Amino acid sequence: MEQREIVVIGGGPAGLSAALQAAHSGARVTIIEGEKRLGGQLIKQTHMFFGSHKQHAGTRGIDIATLLENELRALPNVEIILGATVLGYYYEDGALTIEDHEAFRLMIPKRLIVASGASEKFLAFPNNDLPGVYGAGAVQTLMNVYGVKPAQRVLMIGAGNIGLIVSYQLLQAGVEVAAVLEAAPQISGYLVHASKILRLGVPILTRHSIKEALGKHTVEGAIIHRLDDRWQPVPHSEQQITCDTICLAVGLSPLCDLLWQAGCAMQYIAELGGYVALRDEGMQTSVPGIYVAGDAAGVEEASAAMVEGSLAGLSAALSLGYNSPADEELTAELRQQLDDLRAGPGGAKIRSGLEKLHPTADNPKEVT
Amino acid sequence: MRLSNHPILTFRRGEKISFFFNGQPLEAYLGETIAASLHAAGIYHLSDSAEKHRARGFFCAIGQCSSCMMLVNGRPNVKTCTTLVKPGMVVESQQGKGQLPLWNNGK
Ligand SMILES: Cc1cc2nc3c(=O)[nH]c(=O)nc-3n(C[C@H](O)[C@H](O)[C@H](O)COP(=O)(O)OP(=O)(O)OC[C@H]3O[C@@H](n4cnc5c(N)ncnc54)[C@H](O)[C@@H]3O)c2cc1C
Ligand code: FES
Repeated sequence: MEQREIVVIGGGPAGLSAALQAAHSGARVTIIEGEKRLGGQLIKQTHMFFGSHKQHAGTRGIDIATLLENELRALPNVEIILGATVLGYYYEDGALTIEDHEAFRLMIPKRLIVASGASEKFLAFPNNDLPGVYGAGAVQTLMNVYGVKPAQRVLMIGAGNIGLIVSYQLLQAGVEVAAVLEAAPQISGYLVHASKILRLGVPILTRHSIKEALGKHTVEGAIIHRLDDRWQPVPHSEQQITCDTICLAVGLSPLCDLLWQAGCAMQYIAELGGYVALRDEGMQTSVPGIYVAGDAAGVEEASAAMVEGSLAGLSAALSLGYNSPADEELTAELRQQLDDLRAGPGGAKIRSGLEKLHPTADNPKEVT
Repeated sequence: MRLSNHPILTFRRGEKISFFFNGQPLEAYLGETIAASLHAAGIYHLSDSAEKHRARGFFCAIGQCSSCMMLVNGRPNVKTCTTLVKPGMVVESQQGKGQLPLWNNGK
Protein backbone atom coordinates (compact mmCIF):
# COMPACT_ATOMS: atom_id res chain seq x y z
CA MET A 1 0.00 0.00 0.00
CA GLU A 2 1.46 3.35 -1.06
CA GLN A 3 1.18 6.23 1.40
CA ARG A 4 0.74 9.81 0.23
CA GLU A 5 0.17 13.17 1.87
CA ILE A 6 -2.32 14.88 -0.46
CA VAL A 7 -3.79 13.18 -3.51
CA VAL A 8 -5.64 15.24 -6.09
CA ILE A 9 -7.90 13.34 -8.50
CA GLY A 10 -8.22 15.10 -11.86
CA GLY A 11 -5.81 17.33 -13.74
CA GLY A 12 -8.26 19.94 -15.01
CA PRO A 13 -8.15 23.58 -13.91
CA ALA A 14 -9.57 22.69 -10.47
CA GLY A 15 -7.12 19.85 -9.79
CA LEU A 16 -4.14 21.78 -11.16
CA SER A 17 -4.93 24.78 -8.98
CA ALA A 18 -5.50 22.58 -5.93
CA ALA A 19 -2.17 20.83 -6.42
CA LEU A 20 -0.35 24.11 -7.02
CA GLN A 21 -1.74 25.75 -3.91
CA ALA A 22 -1.14 22.74 -1.65
CA ALA A 23 2.41 22.41 -2.96
CA HIS A 24 3.08 26.13 -2.49
CA SER A 25 1.92 25.71 1.10
CA GLY A 26 4.61 23.06 1.52
CA ALA A 27 2.63 19.81 1.34
CA ARG A 28 3.70 16.84 -0.76
CA VAL A 29 1.14 16.45 -3.51
CA THR A 30 0.28 13.68 -5.95
CA ILE A 31 -1.99 14.51 -8.87
CA ILE A 32 -3.63 11.65 -10.76
CA GLU A 33 -5.11 12.21 -14.21
CA GLY A 34 -6.82 9.59 -16.36
CA GLU A 35 -5.81 11.19 -19.64
CA LYS A 36 -2.26 11.18 -20.98
CA ARG A 37 -1.92 14.92 -20.47
CA LEU A 38 -2.92 17.51 -17.92
CA GLY A 39 -5.51 20.24 -18.55
CA GLY A 40 -8.93 18.58 -18.39
CA GLN A 41 -11.53 20.39 -20.47
CA LEU A 42 -9.11 23.24 -21.10
CA ILE A 43 -7.11 21.35 -23.71
CA LYS A 44 -9.93 21.58 -26.24
CA GLN A 45 -10.81 25.20 -25.64
CA THR A 46 -9.41 27.39 -28.35
CA HIS A 47 -11.37 30.52 -27.41
CA MET A 48 -10.34 33.34 -25.10
CA PHE A 49 -11.76 33.05 -21.63
CA PHE A 50 -14.05 35.45 -19.87
CA GLY A 51 -13.76 36.34 -16.24
CA SER A 52 -11.20 38.41 -14.45
CA HIS A 53 -7.46 38.65 -15.02
CA LYS A 54 -6.77 36.71 -11.85
CA GLN A 55 -8.19 33.66 -13.64
CA HIS A 56 -6.37 34.40 -16.92
CA ALA A 57 -9.30 36.00 -18.78
CA GLY A 58 -8.32 36.96 -22.31
CA THR A 59 -6.11 33.87 -22.58
CA ARG A 60 -7.20 30.83 -24.59
CA GLY A 61 -8.24 27.87 -22.45
CA ILE A 62 -5.59 25.67 -23.97
CA ASP A 63 -2.84 28.16 -23.01
CA ILE A 64 -4.12 28.41 -19.42
CA ALA A 65 -3.61 24.64 -19.12
CA THR A 66 0.02 24.99 -20.26
CA LEU A 67 0.64 27.87 -17.84
CA LEU A 68 -0.65 25.88 -14.86
CA GLU A 69 1.14 22.72 -15.92
CA ASN A 70 4.52 24.47 -16.30
CA GLU A 71 4.14 26.04 -12.89
CA LEU A 72 3.32 22.66 -11.35
CA ARG A 73 6.18 20.82 -13.06
CA ALA A 74 8.66 23.34 -11.64
CA LEU A 75 7.83 22.32 -8.05
CA PRO A 76 9.90 19.56 -6.42
CA ASN A 77 7.16 18.40 -4.02
CA VAL A 78 4.68 17.43 -6.75
CA GLU A 79 4.26 13.97 -8.24
CA ILE A 80 2.29 13.75 -11.48
CA ILE A 81 0.70 10.46 -12.50
CA LEU A 82 -0.81 10.48 -15.99
CA GLY A 83 -2.90 7.90 -17.84
CA ALA A 84 -4.09 6.42 -14.53
CA THR A 85 -7.74 6.21 -13.53
CA VAL A 86 -8.89 6.20 -9.93
CA LEU A 87 -11.42 3.39 -9.80
CA GLY A 88 -12.64 3.43 -6.26
CA TYR A 89 -12.38 4.75 -2.76
CA TYR A 90 -12.70 2.39 0.21
CA TYR A 91 -13.92 4.28 3.23
CA GLU A 92 -13.03 1.44 5.61
CA ASP A 93 -9.34 2.27 5.34
CA GLY A 94 -9.31 5.35 3.11
CA ALA A 95 -7.61 3.54 0.23
CA LEU A 96 -7.83 4.52 -3.42
CA THR A 97 -7.69 1.86 -6.09
CA ILE A 98 -6.02 2.97 -9.30
CA GLU A 99 -5.61 1.44 -12.73
CA ASP A 100 -2.21 2.61 -13.95
CA HIS A 101 -1.20 1.24 -17.37
CA GLU A 102 -2.91 -2.10 -16.85
CA ALA A 103 -1.52 -2.47 -13.35
CA PHE A 104 -3.43 -2.08 -10.12
CA ARG A 105 -2.26 0.34 -7.44
CA LEU A 106 -3.48 0.94 -3.92
CA MET A 107 -2.81 4.29 -2.35
CA ILE A 108 -3.73 5.78 1.02
CA PRO A 109 -3.68 9.57 1.09
CA LYS A 110 -3.86 11.63 4.27
CA ARG A 111 -6.04 14.13 2.41
CA LEU A 112 -7.99 13.66 -0.81
CA ILE A 113 -9.13 16.37 -3.20
CA VAL A 114 -11.69 15.23 -5.77
CA ALA A 115 -11.58 17.40 -8.90
CA SER A 116 -12.96 14.91 -11.40
CA GLY A 117 -15.02 17.37 -13.46
CA ALA A 118 -18.34 16.56 -15.08
CA SER A 119 -19.88 14.30 -17.69
CA GLU A 120 -22.21 15.18 -20.52
CA LYS A 121 -25.94 14.70 -20.18
CA PHE A 122 -27.83 12.60 -22.68
CA LEU A 123 -31.21 13.21 -24.31
CA ALA A 124 -34.01 10.73 -24.98
CA PHE A 125 -35.30 10.52 -28.59
CA PRO A 126 -35.73 7.67 -31.08
CA ASN A 127 -32.45 6.57 -32.72
CA ASN A 128 -30.34 8.49 -30.23
CA ASP A 129 -27.93 5.56 -30.25
CA LEU A 130 -26.96 5.91 -33.92
CA PRO A 131 -23.31 6.59 -34.68
CA GLY A 132 -23.25 10.30 -35.47
CA VAL A 133 -25.06 11.32 -32.30
CA TYR A 134 -22.12 12.72 -30.38
CA GLY A 135 -21.54 14.71 -27.22
CA ALA A 136 -20.40 18.28 -27.90
CA GLY A 137 -17.25 17.55 -25.93
CA ALA A 138 -16.51 14.55 -28.13
CA VAL A 139 -16.75 16.62 -31.29
CA GLN A 140 -14.49 19.20 -29.71
CA THR A 141 -11.94 16.57 -28.73
CA LEU A 142 -11.91 15.12 -32.22
CA MET A 143 -11.35 18.43 -33.98
CA ASN A 144 -9.29 20.42 -31.50
CA VAL A 145 -7.13 17.70 -29.98
CA TYR A 146 -6.72 15.25 -32.88
CA GLY A 147 -7.32 17.60 -35.82
CA VAL A 148 -9.91 15.31 -37.37
CA LYS A 149 -12.82 16.90 -39.22
CA PRO A 150 -15.74 15.65 -37.14
CA ALA A 151 -18.56 16.01 -39.67
CA GLN A 152 -19.78 17.64 -42.87
CA ARG A 153 -23.00 19.12 -41.48
CA VAL A 154 -24.04 19.24 -37.84
CA LEU A 155 -27.30 19.80 -36.02
CA MET A 156 -26.47 21.24 -32.60
CA ILE A 157 -28.88 20.65 -29.71
CA GLY A 158 -28.57 23.22 -26.94
CA ALA A 159 -27.76 26.94 -27.03
CA GLY A 160 -25.88 27.23 -23.77
CA ASN A 161 -22.24 28.34 -23.93
CA ILE A 162 -20.99 24.91 -24.89
CA GLY A 163 -23.44 24.54 -27.80
CA LEU A 164 -22.68 28.03 -29.04
CA ILE A 165 -18.90 27.79 -28.68
CA VAL A 166 -18.64 24.35 -30.23
CA SER A 167 -20.83 25.54 -33.15
CA TYR A 168 -18.40 28.38 -33.76
CA GLN A 169 -15.42 26.04 -33.52
CA LEU A 170 -17.11 23.70 -36.02
CA LEU A 171 -17.47 26.60 -38.46
CA GLN A 172 -13.78 27.43 -37.93
CA ALA A 173 -12.93 23.84 -38.85
CA GLY A 174 -14.91 24.13 -42.08
CA VAL A 175 -17.96 22.18 -40.90
CA GLU A 176 -21.47 23.38 -41.78
CA VAL A 177 -23.88 23.93 -38.89
CA ALA A 178 -27.47 23.37 -40.04
CA ALA A 179 -29.03 24.95 -36.95
CA VAL A 180 -28.75 25.26 -33.19
CA LEU A 181 -31.89 24.12 -31.34
CA GLU A 182 -32.84 25.37 -27.92
CA ALA A 183 -35.90 24.10 -26.03
CA ALA A 184 -36.09 27.17 -23.78
CA PRO A 185 -37.66 30.41 -25.02
CA GLN A 186 -34.25 32.11 -25.03
CA ILE A 187 -30.62 31.09 -25.38
CA SER A 188 -28.84 30.48 -22.12
CA GLY A 189 -25.28 31.12 -23.33
CA TYR A 190 -23.55 34.49 -23.63
CA LEU A 191 -24.86 36.78 -26.35
CA VAL A 192 -21.36 37.36 -27.81
CA HIS A 193 -21.06 33.67 -28.64
CA ALA A 194 -24.56 33.63 -30.17
CA SER A 195 -23.86 36.72 -32.28
CA LYS A 196 -20.70 35.20 -33.74
CA ILE A 197 -22.58 32.25 -35.20
CA LEU A 198 -25.71 34.24 -36.16
CA ARG A 199 -23.46 36.55 -38.17
CA LEU A 200 -22.15 33.52 -40.04
CA GLY A 201 -25.72 32.63 -41.00
CA VAL A 202 -26.45 29.78 -38.56
CA PRO A 203 -30.08 29.90 -37.35
CA ILE A 204 -30.65 29.54 -33.61
CA LEU A 205 -34.15 28.11 -33.18
CA THR A 206 -35.48 28.67 -29.66
CA ARG A 207 -38.45 26.64 -28.42
CA HIS A 208 -37.33 23.83 -30.71
CA SER A 209 -36.18 20.34 -30.01
CA ILE A 210 -35.25 17.14 -31.79
CA LYS A 211 -38.04 14.63 -32.37
CA GLU A 212 -35.96 11.82 -33.80
CA ALA A 213 -32.74 11.02 -35.56
CA LEU A 214 -32.90 9.50 -39.06
CA GLY A 215 -30.59 6.93 -40.56
CA LYS A 216 -29.86 3.23 -40.68
CA HIS A 217 -26.25 2.66 -39.65
CA THR A 218 -25.24 6.27 -39.12
CA VAL A 219 -27.05 9.60 -38.83
CA GLU A 220 -28.50 10.89 -42.10
CA GLY A 221 -30.76 13.59 -40.75
CA ALA A 222 -33.21 14.58 -38.06
CA ILE A 223 -36.81 15.58 -37.54
CA ILE A 224 -37.15 18.64 -35.38
CA HIS A 225 -40.26 20.25 -33.96
CA ARG A 226 -41.45 23.37 -32.18
CA LEU A 227 -42.38 23.40 -28.47
CA ASP A 228 -45.17 25.43 -26.85
CA ASP A 229 -45.14 27.34 -23.54
CA ARG A 230 -45.60 24.10 -21.66
CA TRP A 231 -42.63 22.49 -23.46
CA GLN A 232 -45.03 20.25 -25.43
CA PRO A 233 -44.49 19.59 -29.16
CA VAL A 234 -46.62 21.78 -31.42
CA PRO A 235 -48.60 19.50 -33.79
CA HIS A 236 -47.58 19.62 -37.47
CA SER A 237 -44.52 21.74 -36.71
CA GLU A 238 -42.08 19.04 -37.82
CA GLN A 239 -39.25 19.88 -40.18
CA GLN A 240 -36.65 17.58 -41.67
CA ILE A 241 -32.99 18.54 -41.44
CA THR A 242 -30.23 16.90 -43.44
CA CYS A 243 -27.08 16.34 -41.41
CA ASP A 244 -24.51 13.63 -40.74
CA THR A 245 -24.01 14.49 -37.09
CA ILE A 246 -26.25 15.45 -34.20
CA CYS A 247 -24.32 17.10 -31.45
CA LEU A 248 -25.70 17.13 -27.90
CA ALA A 249 -24.87 20.11 -25.73
CA VAL A 250 -27.61 19.72 -23.17
CA GLY A 251 -25.65 20.23 -20.02
CA LEU A 252 -23.23 18.48 -17.74
CA SER A 253 -23.58 16.73 -14.43
CA PRO A 254 -20.90 16.51 -11.74
CA LEU A 255 -18.82 13.30 -11.78
CA CYS A 256 -19.14 12.39 -8.16
CA ASP A 257 -19.02 8.58 -7.99
CA LEU A 258 -15.95 8.64 -5.76
CA LEU A 259 -17.65 11.05 -3.36
CA TRP A 260 -20.65 8.72 -3.12
CA GLN A 261 -18.32 5.80 -2.44
CA ALA A 262 -16.62 7.78 0.30
CA GLY A 263 -19.98 8.33 1.98
CA CYS A 264 -20.02 12.10 1.53
CA ALA A 265 -23.41 13.68 2.21
CA MET A 266 -24.88 14.56 -1.19
CA GLN A 267 -27.75 16.80 -2.30
CA TYR A 268 -29.57 17.10 -5.63
CA ILE A 269 -29.40 20.66 -6.94
CA ALA A 270 -30.59 21.16 -10.51
CA GLU A 271 -28.83 24.52 -10.83
CA LEU A 272 -25.49 22.84 -10.12
CA GLY A 273 -26.11 20.02 -12.62
CA GLY A 274 -27.27 17.19 -10.34
CA TYR A 275 -26.01 15.61 -7.13
CA VAL A 276 -23.26 17.54 -5.40
CA ALA A 277 -21.40 17.05 -2.14
CA LEU A 278 -22.14 19.27 0.82
CA ARG A 279 -19.01 21.23 1.68
CA ASP A 280 -17.74 23.88 4.07
CA GLU A 281 -16.11 27.17 3.06
CA GLY A 282 -12.76 25.46 2.60
CA MET A 283 -14.35 22.92 0.19
CA GLN A 284 -14.15 20.07 2.72
CA THR A 285 -17.02 17.60 2.33
CA SER A 286 -18.96 16.03 5.20
CA VAL A 287 -16.23 13.37 5.36
CA PRO A 288 -13.23 14.88 7.13
CA GLY A 289 -10.13 14.92 4.95
CA ILE A 290 -12.03 14.74 1.66
CA TYR A 291 -12.31 17.92 -0.38
CA VAL A 292 -14.08 18.71 -3.64
CA ALA A 293 -13.47 21.40 -6.27
CA GLY A 294 -14.48 22.47 -9.76
CA ASP A 295 -17.24 20.97 -11.88
CA ALA A 296 -17.33 17.92 -9.59
CA ALA A 297 -18.59 20.28 -6.88
CA GLY A 298 -21.20 21.83 -9.19
CA VAL A 299 -21.04 22.57 -12.91
CA GLU A 300 -19.76 26.10 -13.34
CA GLU A 301 -16.76 27.52 -15.20
CA ALA A 302 -13.03 27.04 -15.34
CA SER A 303 -12.47 30.35 -13.60
CA ALA A 304 -14.48 29.29 -10.53
CA ALA A 305 -12.96 25.80 -10.76
CA MET A 306 -9.48 27.28 -10.38
CA VAL A 307 -10.42 29.36 -7.33
CA GLU A 308 -12.25 26.45 -5.69
CA GLY A 309 -9.20 24.30 -6.39
CA SER A 310 -6.89 26.80 -4.71
CA LEU A 311 -9.23 26.96 -1.71
CA ALA A 312 -9.36 23.18 -1.40
CA GLY A 313 -5.57 22.90 -1.76
CA LEU A 314 -5.04 25.57 0.85
CA SER A 315 -7.40 24.08 3.41
CA ALA A 316 -6.10 20.54 2.88
CA ALA A 317 -2.51 21.73 3.43
CA LEU A 318 -3.54 23.81 6.45
CA SER A 319 -5.22 20.83 8.06
CA LEU A 320 -1.91 18.98 7.81
CA GLY A 321 -0.15 21.79 9.63
CA TYR A 322 1.38 23.56 6.64
CA ASN A 323 0.51 27.09 7.56
CA SER A 324 1.93 30.51 6.94
CA PRO A 325 0.99 33.95 8.29
CA ALA A 326 -0.44 34.92 4.89
CA ASP A 327 -3.03 32.10 4.83
CA GLU A 328 -5.86 34.05 6.38
CA GLU A 329 -5.51 36.86 3.90
CA LEU A 330 -5.24 34.41 1.00
CA THR A 331 -8.37 32.56 2.09
CA ALA A 332 -10.31 35.80 2.29
CA GLU A 333 -9.03 36.84 -1.12
CA LEU A 334 -10.01 33.53 -2.74
CA ARG A 335 -13.50 33.72 -1.26
CA GLN A 336 -13.81 37.26 -2.55
CA GLN A 337 -12.75 36.10 -6.03
CA LEU A 338 -15.49 33.45 -5.99
CA ASP A 339 -18.08 36.02 -4.92
CA ASP A 340 -16.95 38.37 -7.69
CA LEU A 341 -17.13 35.63 -10.31
CA ARG A 342 -20.64 34.73 -9.21
CA ALA A 343 -21.89 38.32 -8.97
CA GLY A 344 -24.17 39.76 -11.64
CA PRO A 345 -26.85 38.16 -13.79
CA GLY A 346 -24.50 35.49 -15.23
CA GLY A 347 -24.00 34.01 -11.78
CA ALA A 348 -27.67 34.02 -10.72
CA LYS A 349 -28.20 30.32 -11.40
CA ILE A 350 -25.09 29.27 -9.48
CA ARG A 351 -25.94 31.60 -6.59
CA SER A 352 -29.43 30.19 -6.26
CA GLY A 353 -28.05 26.65 -6.44
CA LEU A 354 -25.46 27.30 -3.76
CA GLU A 355 -28.06 28.92 -1.51
CA LYS A 356 -30.00 25.65 -1.48
CA LEU A 357 -26.97 23.65 -0.42
CA HIS A 358 -27.22 22.57 3.22
CA PRO A 359 -24.28 23.39 5.45
CA THR A 360 -22.16 20.27 6.13
CA ALA A 361 -22.89 20.54 9.84
CA ASP A 362 -26.57 19.80 9.10
CA ASN A 363 -25.68 16.44 7.81
CA PRO A 364 -22.98 14.96 9.95
CA LYS A 365 -22.63 11.77 7.95
CA GLU A 366 -19.09 11.12 9.05
CA VAL A 367 -16.97 8.14 8.24
CA THR A 368 -13.87 7.74 10.33
CA MET B 1 -10.61 13.67 -43.11
CA ARG B 2 -7.94 15.51 -41.16
CA LEU B 3 -7.81 19.26 -40.68
CA SER B 4 -4.74 20.97 -42.08
CA ASN B 5 -5.53 24.70 -42.17
CA HIS B 6 -7.04 25.86 -38.92
CA PRO B 7 -7.31 29.57 -37.97
CA ILE B 8 -6.06 28.95 -34.42
CA LEU B 9 -4.57 25.50 -34.01
CA THR B 10 -1.56 23.83 -35.53
CA PHE B 11 -1.56 20.08 -35.31
CA ARG B 12 1.70 18.28 -34.66
CA ARG B 13 1.07 14.77 -35.90
CA GLY B 14 3.23 11.81 -35.11
CA GLU B 15 4.73 9.40 -37.60
CA LYS B 16 2.43 7.98 -40.27
CA ILE B 17 1.65 4.32 -39.63
CA SER B 18 -0.84 1.73 -40.80
CA PHE B 19 -3.23 -0.52 -38.93
CA PHE B 20 -6.10 -2.83 -39.81
CA PHE B 21 -9.84 -2.32 -39.50
CA ASN B 22 -11.82 -5.50 -40.21
CA GLY B 23 -8.93 -6.70 -42.33
CA GLN B 24 -8.63 -3.50 -44.35
CA PRO B 25 -5.35 -1.54 -44.01
CA LEU B 26 -5.82 2.10 -42.96
CA GLU B 27 -3.44 5.01 -42.41
CA ALA B 28 -3.11 6.76 -39.08
CA TYR B 29 -0.70 8.98 -37.20
CA LEU B 30 0.98 8.08 -33.93
CA GLY B 31 -0.62 9.99 -31.08
CA GLU B 32 -4.16 9.49 -32.40
CA THR B 33 -6.68 7.30 -30.63
CA ILE B 34 -8.09 4.36 -32.59
CA ALA B 35 -11.51 6.07 -32.75
CA ALA B 36 -9.97 9.30 -34.08
CA SER B 37 -8.05 7.43 -36.80
CA LEU B 38 -11.18 5.52 -37.81
CA HIS B 39 -13.25 8.69 -37.88
CA ALA B 40 -10.65 10.39 -40.07
CA ALA B 41 -10.94 7.42 -42.45
CA GLY B 42 -14.72 7.90 -42.60
CA ILE B 43 -15.56 4.94 -40.38
CA TYR B 44 -18.25 5.84 -37.85
CA HIS B 45 -19.99 2.50 -37.32
CA LEU B 46 -17.57 0.78 -34.95
CA SER B 47 -19.38 -2.24 -33.49
CA ASP B 48 -22.87 -3.64 -32.97
CA SER B 49 -24.77 -3.70 -29.71
CA ALA B 50 -24.82 -7.05 -27.94
CA GLU B 51 -28.58 -7.65 -27.81
CA LYS B 52 -30.41 -5.68 -30.49
CA HIS B 53 -27.41 -5.59 -32.87
CA ARG B 54 -27.73 -1.88 -33.42
CA ALA B 55 -24.90 0.15 -34.86
CA ARG B 56 -22.54 1.66 -32.29
CA GLY B 57 -20.18 4.60 -32.69
CA PHE B 58 -18.36 6.65 -30.11
CA PHE B 59 -20.26 9.17 -28.00
CA CYS B 60 -18.17 10.90 -25.34
CA ALA B 61 -14.64 10.39 -26.75
CA ILE B 62 -13.17 10.59 -23.25
CA GLY B 63 -13.60 7.08 -21.91
CA GLN B 64 -16.76 7.65 -19.89
CA CYS B 65 -19.59 5.96 -21.79
CA SER B 66 -18.30 2.65 -23.27
CA SER B 67 -20.08 3.28 -26.60
CA CYS B 68 -16.85 2.87 -28.61
CA MET B 69 -15.74 -0.60 -27.53
CA MET B 70 -14.14 -2.86 -30.14
CA LEU B 71 -11.91 -5.90 -30.45
CA VAL B 72 -8.29 -4.80 -30.46
CA ASN B 73 -5.60 -7.39 -31.16
CA GLY B 74 -8.20 -9.99 -30.23
CA ARG B 75 -9.05 -8.39 -26.92
CA PRO B 76 -12.73 -7.44 -26.50
CA ASN B 77 -14.28 -4.34 -24.90
CA VAL B 78 -11.37 -2.01 -25.57
CA LYS B 79 -12.38 1.66 -25.37
CA THR B 80 -11.09 2.87 -28.71
CA CYS B 81 -11.65 6.54 -27.89
CA THR B 82 -8.87 6.50 -25.31
CA THR B 83 -6.62 3.73 -26.68
CA LEU B 84 -3.83 4.99 -28.91
CA VAL B 85 -3.40 3.46 -32.35
CA LYS B 86 -0.19 1.43 -32.88
CA PRO B 87 1.51 0.20 -36.06
CA GLY B 88 0.01 -3.05 -37.29
CA MET B 89 -2.78 -3.03 -34.71
CA VAL B 90 -5.68 -5.32 -35.57
CA VAL B 91 -8.95 -3.54 -34.86
CA GLU B 92 -12.26 -5.32 -35.42
CA SER B 93 -15.93 -4.56 -34.93
CA GLN B 94 -17.19 -6.36 -31.88
CA GLN B 95 -20.32 -8.50 -31.99
CA GLY B 96 -21.76 -9.58 -28.70
CA LYS B 97 -20.42 -9.05 -25.23
CA GLY B 98 -16.94 -10.39 -25.86
CA GLN B 99 -15.05 -12.84 -23.74
CA LEU B 100 -11.79 -12.48 -21.91
CA PRO B 101 -9.16 -15.06 -22.82
CA LEU B 102 -9.66 -18.06 -20.54
CA TRP B 103 -7.29 -18.40 -17.62
CA ASN B 104 -4.74 -21.15 -18.17
CA ASN B 105 -6.09 -21.60 -21.72
CA GLY B 106 -9.23 -23.12 -20.24
CA LYS B 107 -7.41 -26.20 -19.00
C1 LIG C 1 -17.04 24.20 -24.94
C2 LIG C 1 -16.72 24.68 -23.55
C3 LIG C 1 -16.43 26.03 -23.39
C4 LIG C 1 -16.13 26.53 -22.12
N1 LIG C 1 -15.80 27.86 -22.00
C5 LIG C 1 -15.44 28.36 -20.80
C6 LIG C 1 -15.04 29.77 -20.65
O1 LIG C 1 -15.01 30.55 -21.61
N2 LIG C 1 -14.69 30.18 -19.42
C7 LIG C 1 -14.70 29.35 -18.34
O2 LIG C 1 -14.36 29.79 -17.24
N3 LIG C 1 -15.08 28.04 -18.46
C8 LIG C 1 -15.46 27.52 -19.65
N4 LIG C 1 -15.84 26.20 -19.76
C9 LIG C 1 -16.00 25.38 -18.57
C10 LIG C 1 -14.71 24.78 -18.07
O3 LIG C 1 -14.02 24.12 -19.10
C11 LIG C 1 -15.01 23.79 -16.95
O4 LIG C 1 -15.86 24.40 -16.01
C12 LIG C 1 -13.71 23.41 -16.25
O5 LIG C 1 -12.85 22.73 -17.15
C13 LIG C 1 -13.94 22.55 -15.02
O6 LIG C 1 -12.72 22.21 -14.46
P1 LIG C 1 -12.48 20.92 -13.60
O7 LIG C 1 -11.04 20.91 -13.26
O8 LIG C 1 -13.46 20.91 -12.50
O9 LIG C 1 -12.89 19.70 -14.53
P2 LIG C 1 -12.26 19.15 -15.90
O10 LIG C 1 -11.62 20.22 -16.69
O11 LIG C 1 -13.36 18.38 -16.54
O12 LIG C 1 -11.13 18.14 -15.42
C14 LIG C 1 -11.41 16.94 -14.73
C15 LIG C 1 -10.30 15.96 -15.01
O13 LIG C 1 -10.41 14.87 -14.12
C16 LIG C 1 -10.06 13.69 -14.79
N5 LIG C 1 -10.70 12.56 -14.09
C17 LIG C 1 -12.02 12.40 -13.82
N6 LIG C 1 -12.25 11.28 -13.13
C18 LIG C 1 -11.03 10.72 -12.93
C19 LIG C 1 -10.60 9.53 -12.27
N7 LIG C 1 -11.48 8.70 -11.66
N8 LIG C 1 -9.29 9.22 -12.27
C20 LIG C 1 -8.39 10.05 -12.88
N9 LIG C 1 -8.74 11.19 -13.51
C21 LIG C 1 -10.04 11.52 -13.54
C22 LIG C 1 -10.60 13.90 -16.19
O14 LIG C 1 -9.91 13.09 -17.12
C23 LIG C 1 -10.34 15.39 -16.40
O15 LIG C 1 -9.12 15.64 -17.04
C24 LIG C 1 -16.16 25.66 -21.01
C25 LIG C 1 -16.45 24.30 -21.18
C26 LIG C 1 -16.71 23.79 -22.42
C27 LIG C 1 -17.00 22.31 -22.58
S1 FES D 1 -16.83 7.06 -26.60
FE1 FES D 1 -17.40 7.07 -24.54
S2 FES D 1 -16.01 5.61 -23.73
FE2 FES D 1 -15.30 5.84 -25.73
